[in-house]
Parts: sequence; C-alpha cells; structure tokens
Amino acid sequence: MGNTLSRLRILLLLPLVALLGGCNFVVMNPAGDIAVQQRDLVVISTVLMLLIIVPVMALIVFFAWKYRQSNADAKYEPDWDHSTHLELVIWSMPLLIIICLGAVTWSSTHLLDPYRRLDRIAPGNAASLLEPLQVEVVALDWKWLFFYPEYGIATVNELVAPVDRPVRFKITASSVMNSFYIPALAGQIYAMPGMETKLHAVINKAGVYDGFSANYSGAGFSGMRFKFHGVDQAGFDAWIAKAKASSETLSREAYLELEKPSENVPVRLYKEVAPDLYKAILNMCAQPGKMCMSEMMAMDAKGGLGLASARNILPLKYNISMLDGSSSTKNYVASVCTLAEAAREAADHRSTTTPPDPTPVTGAGLTRPGAAPAPFNFTPALSPAERRASNT
Amino acid sequence: MSDTAVVANTGLAKFIFGRLTLESFPYHEPILVATFAMVALGGIVLLAALTYFKLWGYLWKEWFTSVDHKKIGIMYMVLGIVMLLRGFADALMMRAQQAMAFNGSDGFLPAHHYDQVFTAHGVIMIFFVAMPLVTGLMNYIVPLQIGARDVSFPFLNNFSFWMTTGGAILVMMSLFIGEFAKTGWLAYPPLSNIGYSPDVGVDYYIWALQVAGVGTTLSGINLIATIVKMRAPGMTMMKMPIFTWTSLCTNVLIVASFPILTAVLALLSLDRYVGTNFFTNDLGGNPMMYVNLIWIWGHPEVYILILPLFGVFSEVTSTFSGKKLFGYTSMVYATLVITILSYLVWLHHFFTMGSGASVNSFFGITTMIISIPTGAKIFNWLFTMYRGRIRFELPMMWTIAFMLTFVIGGMTGVLLAVPPADFVLHNSLFLIAHFHNVIIGGVVFGIFAAINFWFPKAFGFKLDQFWGKVSFWGWVLGFYFAFMPLYALGLMGVTRRLRTFDDPSLQIFFIVAAFGAVLIAIGIGAFLVQIAVSIWNREKLRDTTGDPWNARTLEWATSSPPPDYNFAFTPVIHDNDSWWDMKRRGYVRPLEGFRPIHMPKNTGTGLILSVLATAMGFALIWYIWWLAALSFVAIVGVAIFHTFNYNRDFHIPVEDVIRTEGERTKLLAAQAAS
Repeated sequence: MGNTLSRLRILLLLPLVALLGGCNFVVMNPAGDIAVQQRDLVVISTVLMLLIIVPVMALIVFFAWKYRQSNADAKYEPDWDHSTHLELVIWSMPLLIIICLGAVTWSSTHLLDPYRRLDRIAPGNAASLLEPLQVEVVALDWKWLFFYPEYGIATVNELVAPVDRPVRFKITASSVMNSFYIPALAGQIYAMPGMETKLHAVINKAGVYDGFSANYSGAGFSGMRFKFHGVDQAGFDAWIAKAKASSETLSREAYLELEKPSENVPVRLYKEVAPDLYKAILNMCAQPGKMCMSEMMAMDAKGGLGLASARNILPLKYNISMLDGSSSTKNYVASVCTLAEAAREAADHRSTTTPPDPTPVTGAGLTRPGAAPAPFNFTPALSPAERRASNT
Repeated sequence: MSDTAVVANTGLAKFIFGRLTLESFPYHEPILVATFAMVALGGIVLLAALTYFKLWGYLWKEWFTSVDHKKIGIMYMVLGIVMLLRGFADALMMRAQQAMAFNGSDGFLPAHHYDQVFTAHGVIMIFFVAMPLVTGLMNYIVPLQIGARDVSFPFLNNFSFWMTTGGAILVMMSLFIGEFAKTGWLAYPPLSNIGYSPDVGVDYYIWALQVAGVGTTLSGINLIATIVKMRAPGMTMMKMPIFTWTSLCTNVLIVASFPILTAVLALLSLDRYVGTNFFTNDLGGNPMMYVNLIWIWGHPEVYILILPLFGVFSEVTSTFSGKKLFGYTSMVYATLVITILSYLVWLHHFFTMGSGASVNSFFGITTMIISIPTGAKIFNWLFTMYRGRIRFELPMMWTIAFMLTFVIGGMTGVLLAVPPADFVLHNSLFLIAHFHNVIIGGVVFGIFAAINFWFPKAFGFKLDQFWGKVSFWGWVLGFYFAFMPLYALGLMGVTRRLRTFDDPSLQIFFIVAAFGAVLIAIGIGAFLVQIAVSIWNREKLRDTTGDPWNARTLEWATSSPPPDYNFAFTPVIHDNDSWWDMKRRGYVRPLEGFRPIHMPKNTGTGLILSVLATAMGFALIWYIWWLAALSFVAIVGVAIFHTFNYNRDFHIPVEDVIRTEGERTKLLAAQAAS
C-alpha cells in the first residue's frame, strides 16, 4: 500500500519535474563569468536568509498549532510579555545574518561593479586575459544598435562576441530609458539618453542567447529583443568579414532614419559608420544643427553665454509626432556655428587645443573626467566642433 | 487615440473645449463601449434606487457632509473597495493577455490599450485602493483607541476624503474620456515628457495624483495632530495602543514624503505645460532627478502602507492569543527605526542606473538593516502566540497567513537589496512577485484582518464566518498560484510589462498565474457576498456587548456602533491594553452625571471644494483654460467664504446622551440576564 502511494506520488510529481526541466532558468544557469558570480550571490544570500526564515516559519506553524484554544494542556500565561534574553536573541539573530550579508554585499558590489575592468575570464583564469572587445550600444525606439569601433562596423539587433574575450560595453539611448540585459552574459544596466553607462562582461560558452530591454520604453517594447552569439575567434572573424561585406553604410542620414520608431526590426549589418556617430548620439546632437551636450556643458562650466543663449533656441522636432499645436513650444539649443565654419576653425586650432573628454557624464558618481578646467575661449574652435567638422 | 491628431479643435471650439474632441471618446473600441454601458447601466440603477427610496437627503446630511471620523472612515473603505474592483479588473486583463500572447498571437489587447492597463493597475492599487483603505482604517480606529471624540480638524478630514475621491474620479474618467498614461505607474521621463507622451494620459496621471495628494497630506497632518494632542488623560506615549503608534509613524511619513511627490509632479507638469526642461535631456535637464525624487517619496510610501497593518497584526495577535503583546517597547522602537530608515533606502530601486559600487552598497546595506526591526516584529508576534490561547477566528487566520507569506516576501526583498543580485533580477517578474508578495501578503491580508476584526465595532454585528473563510482561501491560495510562477519566470530572465512572448515553454507558467488570479477573483467575490450575507443575517450575528472578541484596547469599551460622541465620559488610562485593564479591575460604566457634548457641525464645503478641484484638474488635462481659471478662482473664493462660517459647532443635548446611554444600559442588562 505504502509502496503504491509513493509510486503514485512520483507519478504526480513527474509533470512538475518535466515542466521545470523543460524550462531554461537562465539566471540560475548562465554562460558568462559575471552572471555566474551573480548567480552564486543569489544562492549564497538565499541560503543565509533561509537559516533564519525556515526556523521562523516552522515556529509560527508550531506555536499556532500548540497554543490553539482547544489544547488545554498547553501552558497559558496571559501576562507574560517581556523577556530580556529573548529580546536580545530576536534582535541579534537578524543582526548577525545582516552583518554577514552586508559584508558579502559590500565586497561583491565592488567586485561585480559593471564599470570595473575584468581581472579574470573564469574562476582562476586571469592569465589569458585579452584586451577587451569594445562595443558601443544604443537603445533606439524599439531596437538595439551596436557599434564595433575597432572594426568600423555596426549592427542592428545582433550582437556577436568571441568566447573568453572580455567585452567592454558603453551604453546609451536615443530617446527614452531602456535597460540592456543579456541574462546569460551579465546583469543589466540602464541605457539612458544623454548619459553613458558601462558594462564589462565575458561569455564563456559558445551559443546563442537572448538579449532584450528590461525597462519598459513604449509601444514596441515587447519586440525589442536581439540574439547574442558567443562564438569562437574564427567564427567572430568570419562574422566581421560578413559585416564588412554588407552593402549598407550607417551615415548620419541613415542613422536619423533608423532612429525613427519601428517595431520588431530584423537584423541589419553596416560595413561602415559615420565617424564619431556614437559620441554624437551620446551628446544628443546626431541631428544636424543641434548643439552637443558636451559643448553646452563646457560653456555652462565657464558661466554660460548669458542672454545670447536665450536667443539660441530652435523648435525641436521629436521623432514622435505631437497631437496638437503644442509641439512648437518644445525647443533645443542650436549649435553656434555651421559645420563648415567649425571645420575651418578646427583646422586652425588643431595643433594648439587639447580636446577635452567629450563624455562629461559618465554615470559613475557623475564626476567630470579631466576635472581640471580646460582653457576655454568662446570660438568655435572647441574640440566637439572639431569632431563635428570631421564628421562631414 | 492615435488618430486624434487629424481632427484637432480650432477657433472657438478650441477655446471652449481645449483639445477635447468627439474623437476623445473611445466609441470605436468595443471593450470600452461595453464597459461603459455596464457602468452607465449600474450607475443609472443606483441613482434611480437612491431617488426611489428618497435616500439623497439622507446621504447628503448623514454621510457626504459628515465630519464624523467614523463615517468618513467608512466612506474611505467603500472608496477603496470600489476601486479594488477596477484595479483588479485591470489585473485580470493583464493575466489574460500574458497567458494568451504566445506562438505569434498578439493576445486581445493592443499595445495602446495594454500599456494603459498596467499603468492604471499600479496607480489605482497604490493610490486609490491601498491608500484609502489604510487611511480609512486609521480614521475610524485611531480616535476611538485614544479615547477622543473626533479628529483634531473634523472639517479638514471631510475635505481630505473628498479630495482623494476627486483624484479617483479623474482616474476613472480617463477610461471613457481620452486615455490614461502609458508610462508605467511612476511615469519616468523622458517617456512621460510631452515629446513621447503627447496625449492626455500623463496629464490624467499628474492631476489625479495632485488632487488626491492634497487629501492624503492633509489627512496625515490631521491624524498626527489628533494622536499628539487628543489622547485621553493618562495615555502617555508609551501607553498608546500599538496600532496608534504605527498610525502615528505612518502619518509622519506621509507628511514628510507626499510634498516631495507633489513637487516632483509639479516639475513634471511644468515640463509638459510650460516647456521647462527639468527632466528632459535637452537644454541641460536630467531625468535622473525625477527618478531620485519620485523614489524619495516612493520608498517611504511602501512603509506608509505596511506600518498601520503591522499595528493591526499586533492588535489581532494579542487579542486572539488572549495575551499581552510580547515586547511592546521593542515593537515601538522597531516601528520608529523603520520610519527613519525608510528615508535612507530609496536608491535600491535603481541600482542598475550606474550609481557606482560604493553608493550601491551603502543603499543595499541600509535596505538590509530595515529587515532587522521587521524581523524583530515577526518574532514579537511569534512570542505573543507563545503560551497563549489562540482562537482561530477570521482575523487571526489572516494574521497567520500574513506571517507565513510575508517572511517569504521579506526574504526575496533582502535578496533584491544585494546590488549584484539586483542586476540580474531588477525589473524581472521576480521583482513583481516580490512586491506583490509583501503588498498582498502584508497590506491586503492586513486590511482583511482589520475589516473582519473591526466590522462588528463599526456596524454592531459580526461578519459571516463561512463566506469569510471562502474569501480567505481564495485570496491565500490565489496569491500563491498567481505569484509563485512569477518568481520562477523571473529566474528565467522574463521581464515585466511584456505584451507578447516568443518562448512557448513559458506559457504554462502564465496560465497557472492566470488561474491564481481567478482564485483571487473568487476571494474578492466571496468577500462581497460575505458583507451581503452578514447584512442579511445581521440579527443573528448581532453583538450587543460592544466587545465581541474579548479585546484589549479602548475602542471596545464603547457600544457597537459607537455613538456620535464615541465616549460619554472621557476615559482615564492607567495601562496599555487599557480596556483589558479596565475589565480586570472591575470597571463600572457610569450611569449618571451626563453633560451636553460639544461636537463639530457638518458642512458641505469639503465636497464643493473637491468638485471644483476635480473640475480644475479636468480642465488642465484638456487645456480648457477658461474652466481651469474659473474653478481656481472658485476654489479660492469658497475657501475664503468658508472661513466666515462661524456656525461650526453644536452641543448634543444632555437628554440625547442620557437616552443613548440608557438604551445601552438596557441592552447590556438584557445580555447579562440571558
């Protein structure tokens, strides 16, 4: 009889096991070293907390059962409401757990900081650390654009990286907030317009993984997915060659077209990219005639332009059409010189000015890199202008 | 409507109607038309019934204009329950959509609709379900627990309630006139800026919350003043009932945090209406400021919701274990520590926005520290049960379910507070499961414990046991079926707010979750049946003692329902658990020496102001500037006019007091004789 029952129980459990077995718990079973460490942390923290949660749950059930009204044998002490010893225990037990967890948190948060360069590609494997692959990521409405600055190519909705080579992502967005997340590779980080976030990660197993936006960004959000391919070096080289053989070029005009909202966009490869396009997107000046944020901040750091800046404002055309006449009230700051002027000026000053870092907002505590005030003269000879000039 | 752009108003029509056109009414969307037909039909039946039974005068005189904290408390609860039905309808639609949208199917909701549904669900459940229910509870119980006749500012209380209702009405209007926000419940810019959300949705969001926010803030001020100034003689701070303590802390949190919400929404409206750039990226604005500010309000908000329910669980556990609360002092200090720490954790909502390791670990660790006093509270309830005599009445069942459920939610919460773990779980369905685990397991279970516990006090009869148990099991099982699959889905890397899915292996989890939602629907339905059946059988369920549970705190000393004046004589307090103490020391109800009782007079001003404020909100949403200006002037005018109303109080004649108390004496005598 008992035997039948236990067999029955196994039979009943089977669908459950099949159900769970058929699923891909990617967060619990990732393929990249960073995600593996994050998974370990999830497990360690959970076990630490279960040390206290399980006894508490058991005690709740036990006390509720033992001291039920119908149990006249149990002791009843209606006025017992204090015990210093117990108080010490009930405050110190959670405290001890939190001290352990706090220590784990402090060290792991620093070690797994997405801004931190990798110092290993797998447990105990720091020796074969390669120079990281650079990828610049832009979240668009509603697709992902990836630049490979070392190779001069770009892709839409397809990301490829060689196995065991660290990848350094620089991430921004064109319009609204998104979150860049490939669960098999590493934890997510937000993609925000006008700001840059960074992520360092490595993929250790070849395969095709899901990547997507983890922060709701509007109507096409559900389709904002891409495939991340972890491939060997030969496969990566072949893929780069394939991209290079593509017929498409990502010029500024092509980018402005691409930037317009679209859903469920198929993969696209670009053999060539307009110079410094990523920096222009980051500084929100891909649109011609718009002042880059880096320029604006450089001027503001010098005290601004005063009244002149109030006149230097043009109506902004968003890529989403507005419903009524109110769109004309939205403005942007015009760049202070034409591209041709900027090019001329830049040529004159090329030898004398050192370009300040064009990415003032890093997101990491928002410090301004190169905090020493660079010499500023209000001529269009600034390096952003220089860059714009070189873009044309 | 996406096609509204084609037919914008011009000229005089634009002046009169702003951007409100015929196209703003969703007559071409069958789901909404059907819903509207149902609501309209229900509304007409209700209005007709009220007219037929000549109830308008009664409602106006006895309820709408009432400044009695008990009636206002009940009206808050009714508002919360009505809005629960709307918010839950949204939840059912989401669960159905996600269970269907597989294998290339688009489900039944287009993005335009679905995105509004999940936004409305969040906004309604937090602002117009949880907040009114919690506020209603505090409004009803606190003055009774501290032996007061009413709150400090009775008119303000009525005004606060109507402002909250005004906000709720604006949200409901968005269903049939125009649309609601499609931004998620916190409306992060740039998505909520005019450039990406040019429609009226975000404006509905802003003005509904601004109007309701006035009510919430004022009610917070009112209850703080009440608790600080109006306690019965002898009730020192450390003799206050624990529910009053948690209410005090909650209202401190409200007063300190809601102005931040008001300010941040005001800045967002400036961005949207005037073209400022606080939260844009152009012209030097920064959306991160919005994210920080909204969470500096948003995190204390979750403690605003849960703290009063911690108080409820304390009262319930102690009453039904027949024991003093274990560790009263440490309970009070735990509440205070939570109150203060809740201001130091907001950044854990956006570890993934690149704040850097040191900042993230600081906020991660402060978040974990909050779990220490919370853990201490769980232990205190545990040891209150220890060596008690536990009666498993409905309130106690909800409390046990809470304790078992809440610790799981607490654990996953602490897990999410570890920044690297949050990087893989943030915005996933794991997070959704976590906060529903604490909000349903904590706030909702607590509300039901409280309703079952205090209903006999408010209406003089107990709630039906059978339907209460159906409701209990529907909710508890429904919760586990609905949200445990979401934990699993989160670990599979499934993110929130998705409308369609690629991976067919996920579907079964969503179907189980939808089944859970159906169970919860049964729980809600059974609760409504429970109320109806109890009213039907009220004579059988009648409680004449005023103390049906053999309870401990002062509200049980008076009759059920309490007379308008609560207590004929202000009680004197010698101990916490004062009613228990009075019963034990052989307290005898005074039968003579009554005096006339000074009471505040009803006024319709609160309702009028709220109608005007709602009209102003509506006008601002639709750019009907003349109406906005007119209603603003009217608000100021009515407010000034009200300050000249000197006819604000009256005395309940001594004969009335004697008669009321005499009836109670007879009832008690009959009870004792039988």
